[in-house]
Amino acid sequence: MNFVALQMLLGDRAKYIGLVMAVAFSTFLMSHQSSIFSGVMNRTRSQIQDVQDASIWVMDPKTQYFDEVKALNDNVLYRVRGVPGVEWAVPMYKGLPTARAINGDFRTVLLMSVDDNSLAGAPRRLLAGDIADLRQPDSVLMDRAAYSFFFPNQPLSTGKAFEMNDHRVKVVGIFESSAPFTNFPVFYARYSNAIRYQGRERNMMSFVLVKAHPGLSDEEVCRRIRASTGLTARTDLDFGWQTIDYYIAHTGIPINFGITIAIALLVGTLVAGQTFYIFTLENLKQFGALKAIGVTNWRIMGMILLQALLVAAVGYSIGITMTAAFFEITKNNIDLRGFFLPWQIATGTAVAVLIIIVLASAMSIRRVLVLEPAIVFRG
Amino acid sequence: MTQSEAVICHKITKEFGAADNRNLVLRGVDLKVHYGELTLLVGPSGCGKTTLISVIAGLLNATGGELEVLGRDMSRLPKGDAVVFRRRNLGFVFQQYNLLPALTAAENAAVPLLAGGMRRNHAVERAGELLASLGLEQRRHARPAQLSGGQQQRVALARALIHSPRLIVCDEPTSALDHETGHAVMELLKRMAVREDRAVIVVTHDARVFEFADRIAYMEDGVITRVEVTKKSIAAVS
Ligand SMILES: Nc1ncnc2c1ncn2[C@@H]1O[C@H](COP(=O)(O)OP(=O)(O)OP(=O)(O)O)[C@@H](O)[C@H]1O
Ligand SMILES: [Mg+2]
Repeated sequence: MNFVALQMLLGDRAKYIGLVMAVAFSTFLMSHQSSIFSGVMNRTRSQIQDVQDASIWVMDPKTQYFDEVKALNDNVLYRVRGVPGVEWAVPMYKGLPTARAINGDFRTVLLMSVDDNSLAGAPRRLLAGDIADLRQPDSVLMDRAAYSFFFPNQPLSTGKAFEMNDHRVKVVGIFESSAPFTNFPVFYARYSNAIRYQGRERNMMSFVLVKAHPGLSDEEVCRRIRASTGLTARTDLDFGWQTIDYYIAHTGIPINFGITIAIALLVGTLVAGQTFYIFTLENLKQFGALKAIGVTNWRIMGMILLQALLVAAVGYSIGITMTAAFFEITKNNIDLRGFFLPWQIATGTAVAVLIIIVLASAMSIRRVLVLEPAIVFRG
Repeated sequence: MTQSEAVICHKITKEFGAADNRNLVLRGVDLKVHYGELTLLVGPSGCGKTTLISVIAGLLNATGGELEVLGRDMSRLPKGDAVVFRRRNLGFVFQQYNLLPALTAAENAAVPLLAGGMRRNHAVERAGELLASLGLEQRRHARPAQLSGGQQQRVALARALIHSPRLIVCDEPTSALDHETGHAVMELLKRMAVREDRAVIVVTHDARVFEFADRIAYMEDGVITRVEVTKKSIAAVS
């Protein structure tokens, strides 16, 4: 009877396509919006993740998330260095100075520092230039997004000049950054330079970056730093999540996306569910004939479920492919970089579609089960 | 044990509705349907013919009375078993054919075999052979929408016969057809369906098909008023 069920479904092309498209679009909307949401949230921790040399971040206990930082005293660095289990610790500055190009174009940029001596904290994905050139006086690294803003359509090359806080600075390297949440261009400089570019002299340390002794877990070293300095120390993963949690709790972003996703779910349920229910209603007479002929209720349930699952599987495949294709096509767009379809969202959407379609077929099944087979004799 | 009656109705009643709008449609039907015969059930519109054959076929439960079908006491048959009983033993022909539009003629005729779990290729092949013997050899791959009414009813007839049921129930099989086509369908029904070990009941309005009857049961207002034996060679009349 599976064959009969499939023929019933596929035999009516227009309705079949309608059903599949309803599932496909709601799959697309749900997975696309969820992916963008998770991508936007992920961006709030981009600069934390881009620091690869150290995995422990020490900060003032009042600091709640990456973008709003209470500065630390210089002596903090020495206290952290004195904690047993700390392999090394370097100061780190993060600020938002203004960079002005020669032609007058200017932007607020996200300036991150690397250690003066070791250059620890430098970005990894270098596209042009050399990290070591940061040792040159008045040097900066800039990310590709910054370069394409200041020098649109120009091939990547180092040596461009800027002005930052009345200092003439030179670009010694171009790198690929993880897209920042704020969409600012990202610059890197040595710690002492970064402070000069910002135009302040004291109390400029945003974080202390720490590397744990080999053989000691980051968590253990964090615990020791907290215990002996009273400062907050977090692993990069924890700090990243804390930042994401802050944005979820304190901005309207989750609500906005939540509403869109809920609407996609609702419209998907209503449209796909209703179309499927109507499809069953229109076939009620056929199901009645099958019941009269002696097809059991179990068999009929199986038939309807099979139809529903096929619609769900095909619709989902189309929808999720559309989402994946969207991110594939836009992955080189500088403003949309870093967005992708996480497998968790693909799976979650599959579960949502499954629930939608099971609900819809439950209604259809109920309707067919209570159907009196005697209706087949009625015109 | 050989019994000549395929169906024995004794004081069958059927009531629709509840409490204040009760409608007693069958008011004590007594009827015997015999193996090897085509029994016509005739009567004015609304007298309860369709209701009666629905009860006989196990599609509706009687309100009262005793019903024996193919030696089984239907009132004692659990609901689940009734479905299997129908699938194994009953064939149906409906006024509106009730073919599945998405299936080909052969696939439609094969449905009772498929429902019984037979493999598709095998079932459809057998259905094709049966369609050929009903004069539809060339149309076995056609879908119902591509067939005339008479052809569709012949496919329905094949579906009613394919699993060799012992009782075939037809409700106005010719009334959607013109006279000539209806006549041809009845001829096929008579030739292909009536067997020594099988009984056929046909509900009809159509006096022109009376010539095919072995027995005619007249129904009026929920009771059988008269049974007329018309068959030429009466082998066993009890
Ligand atoms: N499911 C039902 N609920 C309530 N009343 C019903 C139901 N089915 C049939 N009836 C009533 O039972 C009576 C007999 O109906 P039935 O269909 O058996 O008549 P019939 O002899 O087949 O008529 P026709 O020749 O027009 O087909 C009618 O009055 C009808 O309204
Ligand atoms: Mg009727």
